[in-house]
Amino acid sequence: MRRFIPHIVLALGAGVMLLPFYWMVLTSIRAPAEIFDISLWPIPKEFTGVENYTQAATTVPMARFMLNGVIVCAGILIVQVLTAVPAAYALAKLRFPGRRLLMIAVIAALCVPMQALALPLFVGLAKAGLLNTYFAQMAPFFLSVFAIFLFHQSFRSYPDEIIEAARMDGFSEMEICWGLVLRGSLPSLAAFAVFSVVAHWNDLYWPMIVVNDTALAPPPLGMLFFSDVETGANYGALMAGAAMITAPMVVCFLLARRSFIAGITMTGVK
Amino acid sequence: MTTAVMIRPRGRTALKGLAFAAPAILLLLAIYIVPMLVLAGFSVTDYQLGALNWEFVGLKNFTDAFADPVFLRALANTALYAVIVIPSGVFLALGVALLVHGRKRSRAFWETAYFLPVTATLVAMATVWQFLLHPSLGPVNAAITWLGFEPVSFLGNPALLIPTMALIGVWQVLGFNMVLFLAGLTAIPQDLHEAARMDGAKHPMDRFLTVTWPMLGPTTMFVVVTTSISAFKVFETVAVLTKGRSGSETLLYSLYLEGFEYSNTGYAAALTLIFLGIVLVLSIGQTLRMERKVHY
Repeated sequence: MRRFIPHIVLALGAGVMLLPFYWMVLTSIRAPAEIFDISLWPIPKEFTGVENYTQAATTVPMARFMLNGVIVCAGILIVQVLTAVPAAYALAKLRFPGRRLLMIAVIAALCVPMQALALPLFVGLAKAGLLNTYFAQMAPFFLSVFAIFLFHQSFRSYPDEIIEAARMDGFSEMEICWGLVLRGSLPSLAAFAVFSVVAHWNDLYWPMIVVNDTALAPPPLGMLFFSDVETGANYGALMAGAAMITAPMVVCFLLARRSFIAGITMTGVK
Repeated sequence: MTTAVMIRPRGRTALKGLAFAAPAILLLLAIYIVPMLVLAGFSVTDYQLGALNWEFVGLKNFTDAFADPVFLRALANTALYAVIVIPSGVFLALGVALLVHGRKRSRAFWETAYFLPVTATLVAMATVWQFLLHPSLGPVNAAITWLGFEPVSFLGNPALLIPTMALIGVWQVLGFNMVLFLAGLTAIPQDLHEAARMDGAKHPMDRFLTVTWPMLGPTTMFVVVTTSISAFKVFETVAVLTKGRSGSETLLYSLYLEGFEYSNTGYAAALTLIFLGIVLVLSIGQTLRMERKVHY
């Protein structure tokens, strides 16, 4: 009997953790009339999943929110990698004046949360007439000091002898950085990609500041618009919307559990 | 001759190093350094976005903030939120991690179940929680009435707003902290448990107190720091569930309202610096530890 106690405790806890997901999916396929029937029975009396999901996808441009999320996350990730990899390589393997100062600046910047920079960045973008653009949504995240820090730690362990030999063979510094050193750190790159995409797919604060055009809203902001429109009127459609917005990250997580956990908790490992 | 040969490639790598770091340096200036200076500048003026003129007001914004009942309430609310989320988020996660750590075959399953809320979009899940906690339509209150208690108006009673949001905060952070504790537990050598057993620590609780808990020290410290920083950044649940109504605004939400809804740029800059001060105090130890790992 004692053997089972941990399992029972864990199962009760997991029930609480998963209840919102279960309730979300269950409500999203139930008919509006069944809302008043509070039971956790998994099979609805009448399957209205199609209607609920259709309503969620047509009341607000759900597909557009998803597309916006993909564009913003991809744009941010690409520029982050393009700027952080060479900087980390320079910090780890090249001597140049101001290197120490740059390292200190990177570590100091690690402590500064995005929310502390939002106000001046917002004023700057407003003055430049760039609010309500994809650029405004992405710009503050073009530099990831966290990526520089992470890649620097990983690049440092790359053997100098191989770099020297490659230089002798006439490889350019660019080829060494992207072709050799980064290739040796692909797990770090994958973990960082997960970290970055999850963070920006789920972010609400910055999009809420620079976007008020529905056509440019990323998924969390779209969800907020939707729940404001749909206040209490139709829980089935609301839950269908929530399910659609949550699904991409949850599905990716279930498919690549290990690298997801590594990527998201990476800040903790370092 | 030899010095010339020595110097030339050195000069070349110096240039290359600068060229490689240049994009990052420029972005560091544009995204961090210049905005920080501008922010500090705003905080001592009465600037309002769109206004044509502004005046230097010294520290008035800061003294105003500490006399502003809304800001003080936001500060108190955030502190209450943190006081609930930090201990529950840390100790429940430790408990779950200890239980999961002992499982062999089912470990992956439990890990997945508890980590799922971390990946889910909080804005969407807060909407789901709103429905779950609904006084008449939600299953949580159905369970409470079934047990014979009065239904609880989680999102109606102003006194319960912050604790309810803290509950959702714990739900979200638990899996994250669990994974950090699992990493810490895996790093403890098995021999230590054996040694403790030999020395008479027969009961698992004794072994926990003599071996596991001290060995987890650095992990626990780190988990407490990350949990407190994320507690002070609570925003999404407020934006979805209350929008700050009935005096439920938090630090970041009141900052959002002042800076971006009411355009009180100067005042919001002062609030931002106070917020940044809190975050820096919480993260300073962690950063020094991180810096020690870096060899220049």
